[in-house]
Amino acid sequence: MHGFANPARFLRMARWLMPLLLVPGLVLAFGALAWGVLVVPADRLMGDTVRILFIHVPCVWLGMAGWSMIAISSVIELVWRHPLASIAARAAAVPGAVFTALGLATGSIWGRPTWGTWWVWDGRLTSFLILLFLYLGYIALASAAQRDMAAGGGASRVTAIFGLVGAVNIPIINRSVVWWNSLHQPPSITMGKSSIDGTFLWPLLIAAIGFSLIFGGVVLARMRMLLADIQAEARLRRKAMG
Amino acid sequence: MHEQLNQWDFVAAALGIGVVGTLVLVGWTLWAMVRAEKRRDSVRGNK
Repeated sequence: MHGFANPARFLRMARWLMPLLLVPGLVLAFGALAWGVLVVPADRLMGDTVRILFIHVPCVWLGMAGWSMIAISSVIELVWRHPLASIAARAAAVPGAVFTALGLATGSIWGRPTWGTWWVWDGRLTSFLILLFLYLGYIALASAAQRDMAAGGGASRVTAIFGLVGAVNIPIINRSVVWWNSLHQPPSITMGKSSIDGTFLWPLLIAAIGFSLIFGGVVLARMRMLLADIQAEARLRRKAMG
Repeated sequence: MHEQLNQWDFVAAALGIGVVGTLVLVGWTLWAMVRAEKRRDSVRGNK
């Protein structure tokens, strides 16, 4: 793990890995969406709205995966002081927030024809909305910490603690449909089991893999951006100090 | 009263928002990365 602590070594790897994730990710994700729209038949109960799940489920999965990445990176930062851990956490925040917002929007659009309402204040939807607010708080805190670090402070650990504490919401989102009565259906895919027919399951899995690759490529690109910003700021400070 | 909703309108709206949102995220991220790396290289060049 510490082999990638050297930013120069990490940047060499990120340069070839980023397009390797983004290009197949875009092909797989949009190919699976086209498959879901053009090939997959309408569902017996949901009708054509089942096609919304091919974008909704990957977005929700990545919203939760994004915060899981923030939490794991925060632990690595707090325990091992890995120099790239806080950058990885910060890089996951914006794509995580975007996919959480897309998950909420596509879920709401699916809910209107299926449930008859855009929104209900039940456990799943409310805890997922809280995840979006946690992302926004994390992004604001990380941005303030960056300015504080530039001024010689040490607010980065506060951001890491916030990332770790916010992770308590992830199992709540996951178990909310089991713990509380909800319009949202219970989990369709669990460890080793699925109640979804193969006709729908395969394009859904391919879409999830494709969007996950896109997420990985975006995180690497944002890490490159953050590292470049840090390097430019450090050089400007050195020049200013003579 | 039974409400008649065209399900395809909702499918198009959800897929449109999802696809456009993803493409904007990818495009904006790549643009910001290239801009930051250009700035770092220009700072390095102005020794």
